[in-house]
Amino acid sequence: MQSGRVQKAPENFLDRDGIRTVIAESKTGRRSFIRSAFAAAAAGAAAPMALGQGNPVPTEGGDPHILNLPEHATGLGQGVAANNGYGVPSKFESNVQRRQSPGLTQTTQASVSFAPLQSLFGIVTPSGLHFERHHQGWWDIDPSKHRFMINGMVKTPKVFTMDEIMRLPSVSRFHFIECGANTAVEWGNVAVPTVQYTHGMVSCSEFTGVPLITLLEIAGADFKNAKFILAEGGDGSSMTRTIPMSLILSGEVLVAYGQNGEMLRPENGYPLRLIVPGIQGVSWVKYLRRIEVGDMPYAAKDEAVHYMDLMPDGQHRQYTNIQECKSVVTTPSGGQVLLDKGFYNITGLAWSGRGKVKKVDVSVDGGRNWRQARLETPVLSKALTRFNIDWVWDGKPAIIQSRATDETGFVQPTYKHLRAARGTRSIYHNNAIQSWLVQENGEVKNVQVS
Amino acid sequence: MSKFRKVVLTTALLVAAGFASAQSTAYPGVGRPATLKEVAAWDIDVRPDFKGLPAGSGSVAQGQDLWEAKCAHCHGVFGESNEVFSPLIGGTTNDDIKTGNVANLKRADFPGRTTIMKVATVSTLWDYINRAMPWTAPKSLKPDEVYAVTAYLLSLANVVPENFVLSDKNMAEVQKRMPNRNGMSTKHNMWAGKEFNGTAKPDTANVACMKDCIPEAKVASMLPDYARNAHGNLADQNRLVGQQHGANTAVPESKSTSAGAASVAPAAKPAAKVVDPALALLGKHNCTACHAQNTKVVGPSFSDIAKKYPGKADYLAGKIKSGGSGVWGPIPMPTQTASEADIKTMANWLAAGAAK
Repeated sequence: MQSGRVQKAPENFLDRDGIRTVIAESKTGRRSFIRSAFAAAAAGAAAPMALGQGNPVPTEGGDPHILNLPEHATGLGQGVAANNGYGVPSKFESNVQRRQSPGLTQTTQASVSFAPLQSLFGIVTPSGLHFERHHQGWWDIDPSKHRFMINGMVKTPKVFTMDEIMRLPSVSRFHFIECGANTAVEWGNVAVPTVQYTHGMVSCSEFTGVPLITLLEIAGADFKNAKFILAEGGDGSSMTRTIPMSLILSGEVLVAYGQNGEMLRPENGYPLRLIVPGIQGVSWVKYLRRIEVGDMPYAAKDEAVHYMDLMPDGQHRQYTNIQECKSVVTTPSGGQVLLDKGFYNITGLAWSGRGKVKKVDVSVDGGRNWRQARLETPVLSKALTRFNIDWVWDGKPAIIQSRATDETGFVQPTYKHLRAARGTRSIYHNNAIQSWLVQENGEVKNVQVS
Repeated sequence: MSKFRKVVLTTALLVAAGFASAQSTAYPGVGRPATLKEVAAWDIDVRPDFKGLPAGSGSVAQGQDLWEAKCAHCHGVFGESNEVFSPLIGGTTNDDIKTGNVANLKRADFPGRTTIMKVATVSTLWDYINRAMPWTAPKSLKPDEVYAVTAYLLSLANVVPENFVLSDKNMAEVQKRMPNRNGMSTKHNMWAGKEFNGTAKPDTANVACMKDCIPEAKVASMLPDYARNAHGNLADQNRLVGQQHGANTAVPESKSTSAGAASVAPAAKPAAKVVDPALALLGKHNCTACHAQNTKVVGPSFSDIAKKYPGKADYLAGKIKSGGSGVWGPIPMPTQTASEADIKTMANWLAAGAAK
């Protein structure tokens, strides 16, 4: 910005209190403050979509964004394959990122990044926004050197290369993956501001791979006596988890290399990971190197120390793995501001580890009255399901909730239900109904209701 | 797809008929037999019945030396540290060793849960230390060292005495003294298979009521105002266009603001800067697991180190090489195995001010 010239600010870019503050600051000589305030406004005016100040007809008789033909309509754009042949999102989408929750972990290698649920459409999570959970840091493993082994209760222990696994008949299926600790910080009370941090450890992708049962068949697994398998990763933590044999016999468990039409991303287990639909994410072992077929559970660290549910009587429920029916409204949600009164589309996601979502109800009065939302297609088993419902906001405070029911008839619990059954000191498997408070000023807050 | 169905069906029939499955001949040329050597290299898991446990032994005293050299910088000298990971030791009593239940797990007011309060099986400790520890150099301990470190940990919780030697022969006896050995239950509905014969019904039972379901809802919990910007400016975390924008939490909330006037959209972030080679090395050698640029994590920040030792590259290189303790706090820094050249680069960078 040139000094001495101040661009005209859009109307209402500061509220009345803000203007008073600016005037007061100018009187005390803090000109840098004023400069930055106006610079922000000018930047806003320059960007094509800045303030969301409604859509009035300007006094000049037309919108300058219409009347003055922009550069992109009067110049030559970029050529094909301009970004090294692999596209990236628009620079105007740079706010849509996965994020860490500050203070949650001390290191980035044993940490979590959350998917920006508030900004996603439909049911697919873009691979680059899929939530991450690493135990000992992620690796980009050379697929030509990766090996997959099956041993234990099999006729012949086998070794496979990626080439061989990718030769086998493949299937592609949409499934959600949710960390068992998703929403964990909210067991006792509200702890984080946005849906990214409350629910962002869930993602949904189309995964492509080979049913594990096919590979166990090739090794000649003893399906009569084997009851469990151990899945083991090839990274530093060599993550291990016990998986029920009954799920593998159903054909649902996949050894996958594809995700959303491309290979898995390194952060999500490239080149090979296990897909265990309906089961908490820790069991979807990344960098999968080995399956051991056995007849007893393995009590691996993450099933003997973490991922257990502490009951009020001091007993831990061990080998809890299913992600029960759950839903959340993603718009409006915490940290957002509704721009004005009037029509809104309330939208969100629902899922169940036990099958399909049957219906989702939405309340705008904190759970007193409910209306049934539209389920958008596709509605798939053990996948995220998108729901929408119309809402006209009258400008008064509102508490928005969603409540999902799955095909087994299970209804998502309230915090009251959940705490009555499991107390408040558990960490994992919090699937309670989420509440968002829309304030009169349009700002949305994460709340829990009594 | 049809082939897949056939395999599933075949399996189901074989299971139903009570036969062990025959080896598939449906996919010739895919997969080869694993050699004994290959299976031995990867089959490292140890089950609660100790299947998979290699022979060996280690004493509490040996374990203590190893612990202080390789484990204490993350877990504290007594396994009590909460700096990097949750504490391992603490919260159990000799009474718990008698009953096999940890009394503090019943207390709502007990502040935390350590590993020893939860873990029921010694096999789990041995297996995890063997496969994943030390954190920055997993699988580098020999079996006898794993026995020793496990023995030291157990001695800190009084599960074994200070002169104990843990081995494959006596591990089953030690398991009978684990404080929480009776603290696990599989009587629930949240295992997806039928293997544990848990319960059939979910433990929560909401009903899909539609009208006048509850009296007026009251807000019982929300974030306090001082936490408004604790997760950064939420305006930067929402799309720039849409039916809503993000709240500008960098400024205090204006209660009188009418809808729509609150936020000024931020400009797009500048492109990432070119990374300094020293910074890349600090990442590569896992220094950033314990140190950050400007904030204390486990160890001091890089900028604090730079301030304290300006120009002293040789001293810093020596410290990186041999580790140290007591200068910045109680948690020791272990010796580092990076190359001379890498250590020099990192030390020079620190000595020159640790400027990003």
